[in-house]
Amino acid sequence: MASENPDPKETKQLTTGEDSQKGMLERVREGTSALKERAIEEAKEYKDPQDTQLWKSIFRVSHDRSDPRNRSLAVLSNVFLHLHPAKINRDAVRYPFTWGMGGITFYLFIVLTFTGVLLMFYYHPTKVDAFRDILYLEHDVPFGKLLRNMHRWAAHLMVITTWLHMFRVVLTGSYKRPREFNWCVGVVLLVLTLLLSFTGYLLPDDQLGFWAVTVGTNMARATPMLGHEGPFGPQLGLTAYNDVRFGLLGGSIVDSNALLRSYIWHCIGIPLVASIFMAVHFWRIRKDGGISGPAPVVLESEMKTVAKKK
Amino acid sequence: MFVRFFLPRSILEPSSVFRIGPPSDYALGVDTKWQQQYRIWVTKTSDRLFVIYARCTHLGCTPDWKASENKFKCPCHGSGYDSEGINFEGPAPRPMDRAKVTLDAEGQVLVDTGKLFEWPKGEVGHFNDPDAYIPL
Repeated sequence: MASENPDPKETKQLTTGEDSQKGMLERVREGTSALKERAIEEAKEYKDPQDTQLWKSIFRVSHDRSDPRNRSLAVLSNVFLHLHPAKINRDAVRYPFTWGMGGITFYLFIVLTFTGVLLMFYYHPTKVDAFRDILYLEHDVPFGKLLRNMHRWAAHLMVITTWLHMFRVVLTGSYKRPREFNWCVGVVLLVLTLLLSFTGYLLPDDQLGFWAVTVGTNMARATPMLGHEGPFGPQLGLTAYNDVRFGLLGGSIVDSNALLRSYIWHCIGIPLVASIFMAVHFWRIRKDGGISGPAPVVLESEMKTVAKKK
Repeated sequence: MFVRFFLPRSILEPSSVFRIGPPSDYALGVDTKWQQQYRIWVTKTSDRLFVIYARCTHLGCTPDWKASENKFKCPCHGSGYDSEGINFEGPAPRPMDRAKVTLDAEGQVLVDTGKLFEWPKGEVGHFNDPDAYIPL
């Protein structure tokens, strides 16, 4: 194959391979110096990396600290940075005003999503495997115990920080106009957080979780209009086999169907809905005048003009 | 349609009708041998035999039979019942329900936990209804 190669250099190297060592050394030196010259020539042709088409295709705006407009543009044109406002009031980020609780809650959600996905690699939502997988995670999986405890403690903390965030919002009066809608979105997020906590309770399939879910879903029996032991339930023809509890458990007892349903709501259903509500929540914070402090007066006047048009 | 999807047509749960042998198999007092399998206790008194459905009337946990204290105690929230399933402490609102019992042709006790007899607080109890107990 090599003899058929049309490149004369290649052929020469192969045919004269058994020459004296001195001649070979010189040829290598010639080769390397030629390579070096070519590399220098190529390097000269290279532009500043920030001037290349590749760079510009990713970063549209150069990072120039001297120009405030440019700094804003750099933030707005980046998918990760644009989640934050380009400018904020210095006073609005003071910890006595915010406690940082909303941010910490979101951070915990990120931690829970990450550790939760890792836990899914070792967990089977079936009656035979579930508790065995928990023991396996605790005792055999590398860093499994750490992983599980991170998920557990982050979950506890997220419930606590959500309440504290809500408490702060009440103290600073941030539920008032024009932030009423965002308060309601926040209440929905609180409910979703608690539901995530509750559905995760059953997944280890241990005695604690099993009885907690038994008790929790037995409360659903007494739901007005929806539970078979609640007000108007029997009159509407509800039994233990067609009421809201049956729909939640996928049966009349906490069994394999309940475990699977709990798993799906915990890992897919509720996080998906919560993520959408979170996006709205964060977006509205900026539209309603930032993370803390008084709301802008300009919004007030805009509302009046809308009212006049009617 | 979306709601209907979440209500399965058939479920693989243990049958609610089963046989537990003749009344003569049981001594006076509480027998816990079917608790694990059928979630029931068989109680025999001087004049009748009845089957208590082992579900706390507070929020549905399974109480434990404490032979030394002669009572049922729920581990979840502490409801207490006497040997006949009558509540006397804790948050339970009424005595534990009793399952339908009949004698089949062989003289065995046939239990149906699908039909439960209640004694709601302040209302007429159904513990003396036909099929709520087997007279001895």
